[in-house]
Amino acid sequence: MSLLELVSVSQSYGDKKIIDQMSFALEAGEIGCLLGSSGCGKTTVLRCIAGFENLLDGEIRLAGRGIASAAANVPAHQREIGMVFQDYALFPHLSVAENIGFGLGSLPRRARAQRVDAMLEVVGLAAYGKAYPHELSGGQQQRVALARALAPQPRLLLLDEPFSNLDVDLRERLSREVRDILKSQGTTAILVTHDQHEAFAMADKVGVMSQGRLLQWAAPYELYHEPQSRYVADFIGQGAFVPGTVTGPRCVTLELGEYCSAVPRQFVIGDAVDVLLRPDDVVHDDASEVKALVLGKVFRGSEFLYTLQLASGRSVLAQVPSHHNHAIGEAIGIRLELDHLIAFRQA
Amino acid sequence: MNKKIALMAVLAALSGVAAAEEITVYTARAEQLIKPILGVFEQETGIKVNVVSGSEGPLMERLKAEGSNTPADIFMTVDAGNLWQANNLGLFQPVKSAALAANVPVHLRDPGNNWFGLSVRARTIFYNKLTVKPEQLSSYEDLASPKWKGKLCLRTSKKVYNQSLVGTMIGSYGPVKTERIVKGWVDNLAAPVFADDTKMLEAIGAGQCDVGIANTYYYGRLLKTQPNLPVGLFWANQKLDGVHVNVSGAGVTKHAKNAKGAVKLLEWLSAEKAQKLFADIDMEFPANPKVAPNPVVTSWGKPKQDLINVSEAGSKQAQAVMLMDRVGYK
Amino acid sequence: MQLEKSLPSAERSPPPGAAMPAGISRRLASWPGRLLALAISLFTVVPLAVVMTSSLSPDPAIWQHLLEFALPELLRNTLVMLLGVSAGVLLIGVSLAWLVAVYQFPGRRFFSWALMLPLAMPAYVLAFAQVGIFEFTGPLQSLLRPHFDNMRWFPEIRSTWGLLLVMSLAFYPYVYLLARNAFATMGRRALEVGQSLGLSPRQGFWRIALPMARPWIMGGLLLVVMESLADFGTVAVFNYDTFTTAIYKAWFALFSLDTAKQLASLLVVMVLVLLLLEQYSRGRRAYSQAGRTAPLPRLTLTGWRGWAACAAASLVLLLAFVLPLLQLGYWASRDFANQFSADFLGYAWRSVLLSLLAAVLVTLIALVLAYLVRRDGGAVVKLAARVATIGYAIPGTVLAVGVFVPVAWLDNQIIALLGLGGEVTAVFKGTLLAMLLAFVARFLAVGHSAVDAAMNRITRSHDEAARNLGVAGWALLYRVYLPLLSGGLFTAVLMVFVDVMKEMPITLMTRPFGWDTLSVRVYNMTSEGMWDQAALPAIAIVLAGLLPTILLSRQQDVA
Repeated sequence: MSLLELVSVSQSYGDKKIIDQMSFALEAGEIGCLLGSSGCGKTTVLRCIAGFENLLDGEIRLAGRGIASAAANVPAHQREIGMVFQDYALFPHLSVAENIGFGLGSLPRRARAQRVDAMLEVVGLAAYGKAYPHELSGGQQQRVALARALAPQPRLLLLDEPFSNLDVDLRERLSREVRDILKSQGTTAILVTHDQHEAFAMADKVGVMSQGRLLQWAAPYELYHEPQSRYVADFIGQGAFVPGTVTGPRCVTLELGEYCSAVPRQFVIGDAVDVLLRPDDVVHDDASEVKALVLGKVFRGSEFLYTLQLASGRSVLAQVPSHHNHAIGEAIGIRLELDHLIAFRQA
Repeated sequence: MNKKIALMAVLAALSGVAAAEEITVYTARAEQLIKPILGVFEQETGIKVNVVSGSEGPLMERLKAEGSNTPADIFMTVDAGNLWQANNLGLFQPVKSAALAANVPVHLRDPGNNWFGLSVRARTIFYNKLTVKPEQLSSYEDLASPKWKGKLCLRTSKKVYNQSLVGTMIGSYGPVKTERIVKGWVDNLAAPVFADDTKMLEAIGAGQCDVGIANTYYYGRLLKTQPNLPVGLFWANQKLDGVHVNVSGAGVTKHAKNAKGAVKLLEWLSAEKAQKLFADIDMEFPANPKVAPNPVVTSWGKPKQDLINVSEAGSKQAQAVMLMDRVGYK
Repeated sequence: MQLEKSLPSAERSPPPGAAMPAGISRRLASWPGRLLALAISLFTVVPLAVVMTSSLSPDPAIWQHLLEFALPELLRNTLVMLLGVSAGVLLIGVSLAWLVAVYQFPGRRFFSWALMLPLAMPAYVLAFAQVGIFEFTGPLQSLLRPHFDNMRWFPEIRSTWGLLLVMSLAFYPYVYLLARNAFATMGRRALEVGQSLGLSPRQGFWRIALPMARPWIMGGLLLVVMESLADFGTVAVFNYDTFTTAIYKAWFALFSLDTAKQLASLLVVMVLVLLLLEQYSRGRRAYSQAGRTAPLPRLTLTGWRGWAACAAASLVLLLAFVLPLLQLGYWASRDFANQFSADFLGYAWRSVLLSLLAAVLVTLIALVLAYLVRRDGGAVVKLAARVATIGYAIPGTVLAVGVFVPVAWLDNQIIALLGLGGEVTAVFKGTLLAMLLAFVARFLAVGHSAVDAAMNRITRSHDEAARNLGVAGWALLYRVYLPLLSGGLFTAVLMVFVDVMKEMPITLMTRPFGWDTLSVRVYNMTSEGMWDQAALPAIAIVLAGLLPTILLSRQQDVA
């Protein structure tokens, strides 16, 4: 049995559908992530799970028990679902320790103090118990917010854009730290973000949302390599679409040659399709007969990301080890190395 | 010299000093009760009269702070106690005027001619005509008797009229007896004391209480708007020393810039025409014996007035206040 | 935020206050600001000093009398009034603010601004109108009397309870306005955080929303406490004796201004202690609000709950505004023709002009003061700001004397210096300038609290961002603070405007010849018990205050 299940959940503000028949499930101990651009409805899903919004339709189940439907709702404060807010929402009038102990009202004083100390230890702020939130840095505040939410040992933790207020470096480091903390505590969690790096770094399962719909709910690897829709393919990772024609049940012919997928595809021979070429699908090979013109390049330390122009005038991206330093305007040899053939029938 | 003139022009512009003859009056008498009378004076003489109204205490502080540079020529109050106090503080100057001496009886002015009463205000007993017969009434002292238990209404002891009344009672009866009387009043109260005489008279009319003490002109004003109010007037202490009277009066300030004009205004105020206005506008008793009160006031009868010099009230005021504090008269 | 990158993994933020090294040059540079703050505090300090310097030897007879017969009761009364009114305004102001800010119920949008309307009603006017309605001779009891054997069951309005009710109704808008604002920006969020930590909405209100809104609620409450302490007009209608009554009694009835000043000094000390206690109890806590303030959807109160909320708001509005205004209207209608004249328009015009001038001046000074406090943050400036805002708690008449005496002294000096004695009687006294100075002394607290609250809402990162971009000093004030503070400044202007409209004793004492205003008119009429005639100018005061009040409410309505 999954810990969290959403069954065909819908929600709207007035006439505007915010969530449209959304379903997914999260196993105990897993970290899930809802990924999408702003306004896609992902935060509303979180607020529905938390109990801050009511459903129009569908059902949310926690550990097999219905907690929300159009007809009946368990009040938010009885759901035992913790939340880390985007702005942290730390209480400015309480010290760090008091913030963390805030949800531990039912514990006796000693146990509460112990739990607070333990949480301070977990988030690496043992020395800051008596400080006030405004005396901490952004990253420290973030960790206090996490500790506060985790302290009452919620059955599920929700994180709303938890790192959006932090700069990139800190965001990456903290997202790994938070994942480690959640895993060490065995916490089941759902994260909402618009940043796929964050999603991939944190989550076991990622759902891509667009206009209130959940397009795909899968592990990050699968999402990247097996996107089930053109939107997901486009949204996740980088790449460019190149037109081709289906020439066999598993094969497609492009201007770069014919390529066949390892796994069978539901292609109809003769169909015109668009094939997604990821930067790592395009390999630099001086020996290749296929040449492409260097339009632009970005140095990424261990590699270059080249923007290349094919003979047809279409552009593709290529990820090339950084010792291959080519000037813009130069023509270089390329070939395709496709493990996952991602193709969508042309509209 | 030119500099000085320029300076004066600047200062004049700042403070709005005008060139024509002016008299400035600081008055504790409500503006609407004095401006119409002063307006007539302005029309007759062409002299402009500035009026600054306010409470007595702040006005006296103002006079003190301004010292010799006060713009005030006349200070006017609604009771003798404050005239006495102003005189005590040396805010007045003595005035020699035959007209004033003729118009204002001796007991209504300062023995040193520092101030002059301009109108007389009697404070007497009022009763509900439906529940009380005038024969049951006699004196202020009588209102302390147990027969009025739960039937008496009074105005707050913070009003100077009551302080004057109790002050003169101390003069007549001595402090011990007065304290007993006032204590009796407090014991007889039918309702918390009132903030003003009008409300109290209305309460008598509505039957909240049977008897009370008020100034007669409030009664006169009230009858103008509510002629059918079942409240009757009873002249107190007629078999004794007479009904308690107070004066509204004025004096020329010590540092008056236009002392001559000020005296002229006082004389005018004490003469027949102005006295008639005092009588009609506010239904007070004229200070000038040659002028008859308003017919409505006359219809209440001609009471015997307590003829102790009214300045007695001022000297006893603090004593009266403390006495009322002691017996819990709020 | 920029700092984060260079910090090692166990980031340490610098201890508070050490963000900028307090070098010697910086310390010296801050003295002009401190002197300016001290200069501003002089507006209040000088009148206070005048009030507090009395002859050192107390009049033993009067003091003995006061100690024995007056003070014990007066102090008890004052305490009862302060506690009662505080409880009243908190109950009314905070609960209505919470309802309006967080919930949706029938009429919410209307009540959101309409509940501010009582701010336009002077407390003394509300008092005489309420007494007029509910007393024995009033229309209500008169209407009921024929149907009952006796009316003893009817509560006496002229009682402690009546006073507390009327004062709470008159003063709750101060708390309501500031609390509503605080709740609107964080109330709903506070509930959500609480719920995510297992707190029911009710617990969330008590344990999160209320403590978080504390500085704003306390700011409003402090104004209420100070205004109650200084009040004379309202307690006079109820004949309720407070500490202020004792001051007036010593002065007017016992003719001892010295005793009055000594009592006033005690009052000032009491207020100072109160202010310091409040300051101390905040400690190191910071209340500047972090994070987004995007409005969250309101919780809908359904069924009877919604109607109950509507009924509660209606009842308050009815008692605090509608009924008293109707009573005033009835009184005014009995004598309208006599009252409404060209003179009357003059009173109204002068009231409005005066209020506007005072409002702008007070707000400007409050802005400078608030900015200095923020920029400097040192003890000297903070103390100067505290002292500068204490004038609100001094009874108006006493403060008026405190202002008038030094102005008259200055005049006398100038006149003597220029040798103009006998020709000129006044330079500054009796001018608008002197009057405006007095209003600054009295109302700086009102302007300051509004500006300061807005200043508190500007986060430190705004400062830092601007400094980072090379904008500092006074440029910071007009390029960053002014735009961010415009709301708070507007609030200050409106609140001071409404307060000056209602003000009476200072206007009486310091106005130039002929500068009679509506409140002077009300004073003249009520001092003679002429309620009918006082009603029209009183209504005019309310009407003139109405527009600013509505604007105030609208502009503060964040959600």
